[in-house]
Amino acid sequence: MTSIHLVKDELRPPGGSPRRHLISIADLTRDDIERLLGTARTFASSLEREVKKLPTLKGRLVINLFYESSTRTSSSFELAAKRLSADTLTVKSVGSSVDKGESLKDTALTLGAYDPDVIVIRHPQIGSPQLVARETSAHVVNAGDGKHQHPTQALLDLYTLQQELGRLEGLHVAIIGDVVHSRVARSLVQAFALVGVRCTLVGPPALLPRGLAAEQTSDIRVTREADVLYVLRMQSERMQPGANFVPSLREYTARWGITPERLRPGQKVMHPGPMNRGVEIDARVADAGDALIQQQVRSGLVVRMAALYDVLTGGPVGVRALAAAEVA
Amino acid sequence: MLWAREEPGANLVFKGARVIDPVEAIDARLDVRIDDGVIAALGDDVETNEHRVVDAAGLVLAPAFVDPHVHLRTPGREDEETIASGTAAAAAGGYCAILAMPNTEPVVDTAATLGSLAESAKRDAAVSVGFLAAITRGQRGEELTDMGELAELGAVAFSDDGVPVSSAGLMRRALQYASTTGRPLALHCEEPSLSRGGHVHDGVVAAELGIGGYPSIGESVMVERDLALAAHEEQALHLLHLSAAESVAALRRAREHGVRASGEVTPHHLVLTDEAVRSLDPNVKMNPPLRAESDRAALIDALRDGTIEAIATDHAPHARHEKDVPFEAAPFGVTGLETAFAVLYTELVEPAVLTLPTVLERMSAGPARIFGLRRPRIAAGERANLVLIDLEGTTRVTENGFKSRSVNSWLLGRALKSRIAMTLAGGAVVFE
Repeated sequence: MTSIHLVKDELRPPGGSPRRHLISIADLTRDDIERLLGTARTFASSLEREVKKLPTLKGRLVINLFYESSTRTSSSFELAAKRLSADTLTVKSVGSSVDKGESLKDTALTLGAYDPDVIVIRHPQIGSPQLVARETSAHVVNAGDGKHQHPTQALLDLYTLQQELGRLEGLHVAIIGDVVHSRVARSLVQAFALVGVRCTLVGPPALLPRGLAAEQTSDIRVTREADVLYVLRMQSERMQPGANFVPSLREYTARWGITPERLRPGQKVMHPGPMNRGVEIDARVADAGDALIQQQVRSGLVVRMAALYDVLTGGPVGVRALAAAEVA
Repeated sequence: MLWAREEPGANLVFKGARVIDPVEAIDARLDVRIDDGVIAALGDDVETNEHRVVDAAGLVLAPAFVDPHVHLRTPGREDEETIASGTAAAAAGGYCAILAMPNTEPVVDTAATLGSLAESAKRDAAVSVGFLAAITRGQRGEELTDMGELAELGAVAFSDDGVPVSSAGLMRRALQYASTTGRPLALHCEEPSLSRGGHVHDGVVAAELGIGGYPSIGESVMVERDLALAAHEEQALHLLHLSAAESVAALRRAREHGVRASGEVTPHHLVLTDEAVRSLDPNVKMNPPLRAESDRAALIDALRDGTIEAIATDHAPHARHEKDVPFEAAPFGVTGLETAFAVLYTELVEPAVLTLPTVLERMSAGPARIFGLRRPRIAAGERANLVLIDLEGTTRVTENGFKSRSVNSWLLGRALKSRIAMTLAGGAVVFE
């Protein structure tokens, strides 16, 4: 059985068997990704039934710890846990002791006292999932840490591409926009490399980090060669006033915004959300039939079910295993 | 001026030590006798005069170290370090003298603050301590401190370490005025508009991890500016904690053109690169940040050829709870006094990257020369400022093993080659 090599040595509890976490795509192998996508497909077929709930994680506790606002990610993790019959508890920094200045370490210790099986964490700083993994005995799933990683987003994007285009190997995806502030882009670049998707980063020079292992260009015309345009959110809230990454949003939109005119017939468009319609993506593009944005959201549910299942059980979920779980 | 607690001078004899004093060109197996804290005899089979005899066979006896860059956190953050704990840590690391930076709470920018530190040092310091005073009041970069009065009271040099002097015009005035005091300026070179938001070197690792980058040019453009000002004013300056190859090249060029400029480098910049940041250990977060392998190589070359004359720890203690947070939330700085020699020996001397005499010189005579301090030397008639080193020993770095009040060492858990066996400072045994 292949295991996810997420557990760095310092995270291993002394003497115990390694706990599995999902913190960065960099910790995964191609086999891990294929297993996770396979598990997601199995769960997808179960969701087609009339009764959508599976007893797989009955009696398990999944805590969602969110230090940043989120609609898609937090709702899909919560629903994923519920579909698998786990107990769920959602803690948001607003209205919790975090408001009173409690450190992440103390919040982790507090929640750890409930013996959760999984802690799903979103936090504005890199390294927060590792800190929670060190301070608790839970399996940790990273739902976004700073500008570092958002591994379940990358997995759900791979899942969407595979479902909609029928393959991954050999596809060409252009990632367009604010790459430097994007944890989604960092996870995607690594995930694409693992599964053989060609990836080109496109955007204004100051928004392209030097040193990422992918082709980079500021010329928007190269997107015509791509099979898929992956449009990133223009993260204006991360831009300090006067930072001058771009002169203005208006100028950005004119030069890098994705409009119908910049699309070739048949090109697919993806976006991790939330969208700034009229900034990085034209409303006509977002609502067109070639946009896979709703499919991405739907994939999020089954992929997060797979992620929760995978860290807890550490094995492939075949039809037989699933059937056995249902009987149990 | 340096201050320390009065201690009775030692009476002892080192038997058969490998005595190394790079400046005196000594590397020989000798006995050394110390009478009342003064080196009295040096040679084969010296009389022991009924002194305590230390069997130093197989051990190295060298001039004790001088650290030009220490944060003693006093006044204001005595929970992190005190004069007593910081100098005890220095003694354990083989140092006989350290210089403390003025970025405390309050900043050392008045005669009153400096005077009270001197009084504390006379009471508490295990090894000699000198204090730098700020260049600008409150280190705000607006008005010069009363440098003349501060120098008279014993300020060793002036520095706004921790923050740069942003205004070129004010820096020029500082160079002009400091020349009347005979004390050097020690400069933290950082261009804030390039370093803002940076937690690590702006390289591949920052790009992959998505951590804000502080590029090499954020340091080197300020180094170039200050060297140009020093050349124009024909004044001396010292560059603190250099990290980038571009800065080293600028320093080398300026020195070739006759600018009286010196530089220092830390053990962590000599040993680590930004690859270490992948661990997300808050104890590899420092300012300036760890840079690329090419930067590290340039720093080592500059240390070897003397462009960089001093090794400085930039010992920066931080409270445990302040470092026990995610990487980006952690403050900059690591401790280093107690591990400096051992890590340099393990990572650079033993693998034959640098010679032992070079490291010993850059840790002692080099920094003393820059700051106009009396150089620790091994010669008859000199007060004993000596370090006895067991190169075959082991330094285990553990949380419980520090004399420092803080444990934010990047070497926690490591077993380093070599061990400081004994330190004499000002004629007294301060560590063994």
